[in-house]
Amino acid sequence: MKVKMLSRNPDSYVRETKLDLQRVPRNYDPTLHPFEVPREYVRALNATKLERVFAKPFLASLDGHRDGVSCLAKHPKSLATVLSGACDGEVRIWNLTKRKCIHTVQAHEGFVRGICTRFCGTSFFTVGDDKTVKQWKMDGPGYGEEEEPLHTILGKTVYTGIDHHWKEAVFATCGQQVDIWDEQRTSPICSMTWGFDSISSVKFNPIETFLLGSCASDRNIVLYDMRQATPLKKVILDMRTNTICWNPMEAFIFTAANEDYNLYTFDMRALDTPVMVHMDHVSAVLDVDYSPTGKDFVSASFDKSIRIFPVDKSRSREVYHTKRMQHVICVKWTSDSKYIMCGSDEMNIRLWKANASEKLGVLTSREKAATDYNQRLKEKFQHHPHIKRISRHRHLPKSIYSQIQEQRIMKEARRRKELNRIKHSKPGSVQRVSEKKKRVVAVVK
Amino acid sequence: MEAVPKPGSNVPPKKDKLQGKKKKPRRYWEEETTPTAAGASPGPPRKRKRNRELRPQKPKNTHSAKKSRISQKPQVPKKPRERRSLGPQRSLSGAQDPFAGPAPVPVEVVQKFCRIDKSKKLPRSETKIRSRLEAAEAQEEEISVKAARSELLLAEEPGFLEGEDGEDTAKICQADIVEAVDIASAAKHFDLNLRQFGPYRLNYSRTGRHLAFGGRRGHVAALDWVTKKLMCEINVMEAVRDIRFLHSEALLAVAQNRWLHIYDNQGIELHCIRRCDRITRLEFLPFHFLLATASETGFLTYLDVSVGKIVAALNARAGRLDVMTQNPYNAIIHLGHSNGTVSLWSPAMKEPLAKILCHRGGVRAVAVDSTGTHMATSGLDHQLKIFDLRGTFQPLSARTLPQGAGHLAFSQRGLLAAGTGDVVNIWAGQGKASLPSLEQPYLTHRLLGHVHGLQFCPFEDVLGVGHSGGITSMLVPGAAEPNFDGLESNPYRSRKQRQEWEVKALLEKVPAELICLDPRALAEVDVISLEQEKKERLERLGYDPDTKPPFQPKPKQKGRSSTASLVKRKRKVMDEEHRDKVRQSLEQQPQKQEKAKPMGARPSALDRFVR
Repeated sequence: MKVKMLSRNPDSYVRETKLDLQRVPRNYDPTLHPFEVPREYVRALNATKLERVFAKPFLASLDGHRDGVSCLAKHPKSLATVLSGACDGEVRIWNLTKRKCIHTVQAHEGFVRGICTRFCGTSFFTVGDDKTVKQWKMDGPGYGEEEEPLHTILGKTVYTGIDHHWKEAVFATCGQQVDIWDEQRTSPICSMTWGFDSISSVKFNPIETFLLGSCASDRNIVLYDMRQATPLKKVILDMRTNTICWNPMEAFIFTAANEDYNLYTFDMRALDTPVMVHMDHVSAVLDVDYSPTGKDFVSASFDKSIRIFPVDKSRSREVYHTKRMQHVICVKWTSDSKYIMCGSDEMNIRLWKANASEKLGVLTSREKAATDYNQRLKEKFQHHPHIKRISRHRHLPKSIYSQIQEQRIMKEARRRKELNRIKHSKPGSVQRVSEKKKRVVAVVK
Repeated sequence: MEAVPKPGSNVPPKKDKLQGKKKKPRRYWEEETTPTAAGASPGPPRKRKRNRELRPQKPKNTHSAKKSRISQKPQVPKKPRERRSLGPQRSLSGAQDPFAGPAPVPVEVVQKFCRIDKSKKLPRSETKIRSRLEAAEAQEEEISVKAARSELLLAEEPGFLEGEDGEDTAKICQADIVEAVDIASAAKHFDLNLRQFGPYRLNYSRTGRHLAFGGRRGHVAALDWVTKKLMCEINVMEAVRDIRFLHSEALLAVAQNRWLHIYDNQGIELHCIRRCDRITRLEFLPFHFLLATASETGFLTYLDVSVGKIVAALNARAGRLDVMTQNPYNAIIHLGHSNGTVSLWSPAMKEPLAKILCHRGGVRAVAVDSTGTHMATSGLDHQLKIFDLRGTFQPLSARTLPQGAGHLAFSQRGLLAAGTGDVVNIWAGQGKASLPSLEQPYLTHRLLGHVHGLQFCPFEDVLGVGHSGGITSMLVPGAAEPNFDGLESNPYRSRKQRQEWEVKALLEKVPAELICLDPRALAEVDVISLEQEKKERLERLGYDPDTKPPFQPKPKQKGRSSTASLVKRKRKVMDEEHRDKVRQSLEQQPQKQEKAKPMGARPSALDRFVR
């Protein structure tokens, strides 16, 4: 007879002293871990609920401006520094870690229309209603010196926007035409126009740095190549585009913030249909900015809210609002991709977390592992109706909520009308136009 | 010893390795004294450069190992000449890696951890979705390989009992085993002589550390049976029908003559649940925190012990219920009835999920094994049957016992114990969780009284038997899973660990509605509601947004884009699509025809009516 009994030595399963860690032998045999899927589902449900519990995105409000904030700019080198221009011509430089204004400049008479930093971070440019372009030093004047711009360019017409080249000492302004300036000269290198209109914003492409995009009040978006003296092509939309933003990771993709409450992501190579129509706002979209990862962007709207959209989704994943925030004029995503700033009509700049439920500060390795695990679980079970409902739920102010309802009814009526028209006309005579194509009027080359 | 890496083609013979070991350590700049040793000479330093260049060829040599990390079959050792031609792999120092490439993992072990059914083909879908599915599948395979690797780290080996040639293990009595094994194991065999309080029911806690038993005449006790430390002992002054630990050893449910009572580990009565009256059997579902009770009145009641609410009370409509067991794989309750059927219940459904006709007379005992594949039943017709629970519910094997078994129990490794009168028989299969063969018993044991309750102790090679003479703890080598998981159920856990585990377990309490026959159904695509949604959307929109728009030929370069050529191209694509459709329908048709024809029968005049 040969016999062996299972006999464990307790010493190899129990810790020796109280100072030791407990011994936890593992066995990954599936029969010892029954109900794997239902338990993971419950964990995912709990993680989703906790995410909603901890979703407190608002971090700080920077107050100090004496008029509405009209424009914002990031510092290219310092994460903590941010610049803002107000409607009374004042420019402030803020420190985000201290949440304080570190420097104030009375830059213009009337609005500061645009502000941008030089790529090296030593100076910045402003344009204002007083028909001037001014270059300022980033750090304020020395002791006893007066605050004066490094350079001032007096123009003939009002400038409405400015953007600096990402690598060279060149910047572009817009107004009645798009002007490209050398920093050293007082007259533009070249001016580009396409018809008569006032151009509201101009943006350099961060990857293909010679490319520019601008949007004008006659409803079009025009693309330029700096190396040529003429514009490349333009797309005419249904309504006016307020501003555009290039995707920092995909050179040919840009997103346009439109007056018709929607945002349109275009592929520069095929402008006749937008890649994606992003709709959720209930009023004109005023500003848009991409996250440095190029996977999300944030949009500011006249409906007193900001929304975060994934690039490949037509619906927003997040909406931020507070009781006191009025029409949001400008918005920026910080370069570490963690925070969002927005400047609004009621003179405040607000700082938000980009990921509403993220825990700030240093995480321990166990915390990090737990969040990663929960993230994966949420991803795995995201399509389950219960989990989807919880993760999608957002509280909205009454005004936005009722407007959404109203617009849903309007959209439904339009759709019904279209359906009826197709039904009651000769088959094939009325074509169904997709939502994407509907808004593009023409592409001109 | 499956996990030991098998010598591959590029592995040098063991003899060389041994020789190398015996030699004193040699630095790489030193010249080797015997350059002929198995062709493993590093050569002069000038040649080393060439050796380094050879390194990128390494994948070629380890081709079979690289392509899939699972070794499909034991690799046949090649002839020595071939081996030399392949060239051994060297590191910079000239030392040779005897086990180059990833360690091979046996297929069966990987199969155990595999969660994806590889036989199913991926559905035809968009390239984006498809690539995502493929990535997920690859990840899954990697995980299962890693899990299989981790088997090497398991510390304990399962027990066994083998007779010398010709010797029948069933003839070996407990005294022999006790004599043969070590003292610690021998102490696990004991008898509690409790003749006074009548036949006993017993229950081990989930960790296998604690034992609770209750006698017909009201004696209830709980003890740490390994150290024999008594936790509590009371007399409830009422008949005890059944006893069961709740999720931890601190709570104890006792089915008494009238009502269900819950005691703590000091014997203090915490609850008396009057909504559950005249309970005959108790069953605890640990992951759902449900206490299932079967009553004399024919009701199956689920009590959520974490919130104290009755989740479901189901009327089985089959008279008195006194045969109940749970399927540990999917938390389905199996009830045995007097008409010979076994019905399967979940709290989400008012009706049984399935009814299986098992015996001609009434069902006396039911047991389900830990993987949820086999169900053993015994009936008044003296039959013992084993059923397959995976879909078909067909009997796999049957055997007539002279007296018929009154109590059945499966062990963690798939041993089946049956109590017939005052004898306990145990049958074993080949390997873990295999079907126990009913011809020859593995062990038998005669007790002092009639068997009244049976349970294998989890994680110990012990079978607890409650009988009219008290409690017997039998040694059954090879019954239990040798390696426990410390985070799931740890027999050696401290109080703090238990508290922590309790909080975690309560946080991931599975809702009662999720109990169904296939516990993995939650991870699969809900095709029915998906199709319903699609239909609703089609109704709402008035058109199907997923349909491909009709092909429009793109205008080509100058000169090639005449109207005729456009029409031709369009025609071509349409014809191709049409041919595809015809091909598909043709593929489906022959199956229909085959079904219509009666197999192997002569053509008859009535064939014309067959559709």
